[in-house]
Amino acid sequence: MPKKPLLEFNQNGIYCTQGDFYIDPWRPVNDAVITHGHSDHAKWGHQKYLAHTLSREILYYRLGAINLETMDYGESRIKNGVKITFYPAGHIPGSAQIRLEYKGEIWVVSGDYKTEDDGLCTPFEPIKCHSFISECTFGMPVYKWEPQAEIFKGINEWWLKNQAEGKTSVLAGYSLGKAQRILQNLDLNIGKVFTHGVIQNSNEALIRNGIKLNPTEHITSETTKEALKGNMVICPPSAIGTPWMKKMTPYAFGYCSGWMAIRGAKRRRAADRGFVLSDHADWDGLIASIKATECETVYLTHGSTASFSRYLSEIGYDAREAKTLYGNEEETEMENLKGDQE
Amino acid sequence: MKVFAKLFLSLDETNKTNEKVKVIKEYLLSVADEDKINMLALFTGRKPKRPINSTQLKEWALALSQIPDWLFRESYDVVGDLAETLSLLLPEPKHQQDRTLSSWIEEIKTIKTLSDNEKKEWLITSLDQMERQEKFVFLKLLTGSFRVGVSQNLVVKAISEIANLDTATITHRIMGNWEPEAFSYQNLTAEDDGTSDISRPYPFFLAYPIQETSEIQKTVEELQNTLGSANEWQAEFKWDGIRAQLIKREGEIFIWSRGEELATDKFPELHPFITALPDGTVLDGEILAFKDNLPLPFNILQTRIGRKTLSKKLLADNPVAFIAYDVMEFGEEDIRLKSQEQRRKILETLQHSSTYQNIFRISEIIEADNWKLLAQERERSRELMAEGLMLKRKSASYQVGRKRGDWWKWKVDPLSVDAVMIYAQKGHGRRADLYTDYTFAVWDGDKLVPFAKAYSGLTDKEIRQVDYFIKRNTLERFGPVRTVKPELVFEIGFEGINKSSRHKSGVALRFPRILRWRTDKKKEEADTLKSLMLLLPQ
Repeated sequence: MPKKPLLEFNQNGIYCTQGDFYIDPWRPVNDAVITHGHSDHAKWGHQKYLAHTLSREILYYRLGAINLETMDYGESRIKNGVKITFYPAGHIPGSAQIRLEYKGEIWVVSGDYKTEDDGLCTPFEPIKCHSFISECTFGMPVYKWEPQAEIFKGINEWWLKNQAEGKTSVLAGYSLGKAQRILQNLDLNIGKVFTHGVIQNSNEALIRNGIKLNPTEHITSETTKEALKGNMVICPPSAIGTPWMKKMTPYAFGYCSGWMAIRGAKRRRAADRGFVLSDHADWDGLIASIKATECETVYLTHGSTASFSRYLSEIGYDAREAKTLYGNEEETEMENLKGDQE
Repeated sequence: MKVFAKLFLSLDETNKTNEKVKVIKEYLLSVADEDKINMLALFTGRKPKRPINSTQLKEWALALSQIPDWLFRESYDVVGDLAETLSLLLPEPKHQQDRTLSSWIEEIKTIKTLSDNEKKEWLITSLDQMERQEKFVFLKLLTGSFRVGVSQNLVVKAISEIANLDTATITHRIMGNWEPEAFSYQNLTAEDDGTSDISRPYPFFLAYPIQETSEIQKTVEELQNTLGSANEWQAEFKWDGIRAQLIKREGEIFIWSRGEELATDKFPELHPFITALPDGTVLDGEILAFKDNLPLPFNILQTRIGRKTLSKKLLADNPVAFIAYDVMEFGEEDIRLKSQEQRRKILETLQHSSTYQNIFRISEIIEADNWKLLAQERERSRELMAEGLMLKRKSASYQVGRKRGDWWKWKVDPLSVDAVMIYAQKGHGRRADLYTDYTFAVWDGDKLVPFAKAYSGLTDKEIRQVDYFIKRNTLERFGPVRTVKPELVFEIGFEGINKSSRHKSGVALRFPRILRWRTDKKKEEADTLKSLMLLLPQ
């Protein structure tokens, strides 16, 4: 009888039979190990949660009073003989790759990850394993990121230009992770940074968790038009085009996302400027990471799974598509449109 | 070409009209005249002929990128533009250059005659000297259409602001056939027209539609209130053919289509009457298939369009005539500022004195002094093979482009059916990566038969919802096409319907478009092929 794999994909999530726990389950379960705090990975309703220390406050903020245990990178827990260790994924603060070891067999669940050091999260490190469960949100060769120093140079120049024209700059980006990455890389000699309430909440949760962030001002009903003029506003994509933005007129609006790499995608959002800034690995990053794990089998959870698995098979991997409910390209998109929930 | 690539990028980076005009002006003021003219040529659809066929171009460029062909095809599906896809996949350049747009365009024109090997060599060397944005623009020049997301109007606006001339003057001067080498920026922007081109057409005056749907029709009172007395208007039937401009100058004749294409050779039966016109005459009108003094459906005319050679039989089976609407030049004089009434008199005189009245027809004026009568006349449109009525203010001049106010088209209610979406394909440009091109079907017994493709008519929000549905309800994939679970019902409008042996359904629609998403209807409630057949002209 063939050996049962250490992890399988069932209707609730990624399940470890031997340890009787789930990783990032999308339906309520008893025991959940969480890669990071984004809403498609950390769901409400589990009996127990295990997550990275830096995800603590975000999880409490988003999910309320949950039964949460945390640990740091490099630390381990053993569940029924299965050793669980966290390693940095570089996606957002507190994002972890989850390494499982049982009787010499090693699996790594990457969650979402990026390979570039963004100055905010602990940088990604590849972990050697037999089986690697990877995302591939941007698993097409047309997605290749420039170093973030280049992107932020562009963003800061754009801010200066808007300021010179008497406009407020409005940058839209995911409220957890992207927003803080932007905040930490803006040139604060240019002006002040204001935040939308959703982002302010995420910032405060991260600060409670001991993460140091640059100063921001929360936009409230008292904030005046004059105070905003020439300054920077960071907001979630869902705020764009709502009456909330009235106060910022005249403004220039930029959108920070990996999808901005394609002209059509940018034009669809009618953004003045698209900045190609992603918290996911690009094509080269994905391939380099997979190679570095020295794995034999790759499971692809979301993104361009069909194309990417075919490509990996052609270069010699046993690559499989796994059906999950994680924000594959479409869902990420829809979530952006519906507004950030986290 | 770096400056031009930068212009392209800057235009991409804003969607505000004023900002775009500003960016174009900055470009025009910073480059040499020959680059200005080349830019103008590109932005008005005058691209150099394709020097390398796109299969070869793709193959050679792809070899540089080292990705498999299937992955290229899937990448193209995501990006929706060949030049953009290649520019994203090609490696970083190893060399540099800083040549002007004109110098590249000149070179591109010399490539066509080279051998395949030389072409390949040239392409690879060229690409290896360009950063991504320049590569993108360069590949755009070599492939397909050069659509830039900037209307000709914006370029015209920028030039007219620099030259201090009105936009109608510039629009007119850049009409017709010109090659960038032979066209001078100095002449274009000179106060007096320094250019002389006897073939040059006038910009067409286009009517604005009176907005109606199948359910909300304008009442006689509403027309009276918005347009005033019916006496102030010249009413004609709106014919469904090819809008054309006929020119007779210095003994030569030219036929221009609305798309600024010279179509003189396509309509030999019109030549005798145009040749017989006095020199310095320009007419506006419609070319229609005509037999025994009756207009024929558009698809008869369609069989002639696109043919390289017109056989005697084709000409005999599908003869055409010209229905004149207007006259813009008479006695070698631009008379566009004269009133509609005055121009009409001139047109009538011209037509009455012609000895070719079977071919040179005139659009009859509908005599009616009130809106009620006109509304009744409009109801006869379909039986006369017309699309509805045209309303032209008697006191109005002949203007440039689509203008509100003096010319209205008042079409009969559109033909429509409710249909089920069965296939979907990703769009291009702004719609790349979203499923926006749909195929629709009607019931034939218990089977759904596809009969039309349409890709416009939904709001951005609806497009996203439909896209969401498609991605979750795909039954099969054939390359870029997805077979979708039949469920969504749409009302499809069209301008005309004809029998067709080339289509599975046996009918061909003209201008099908989505009128609305019938979220209130189940797929079982969609129309049948039989009901579609009932709409065929008898």
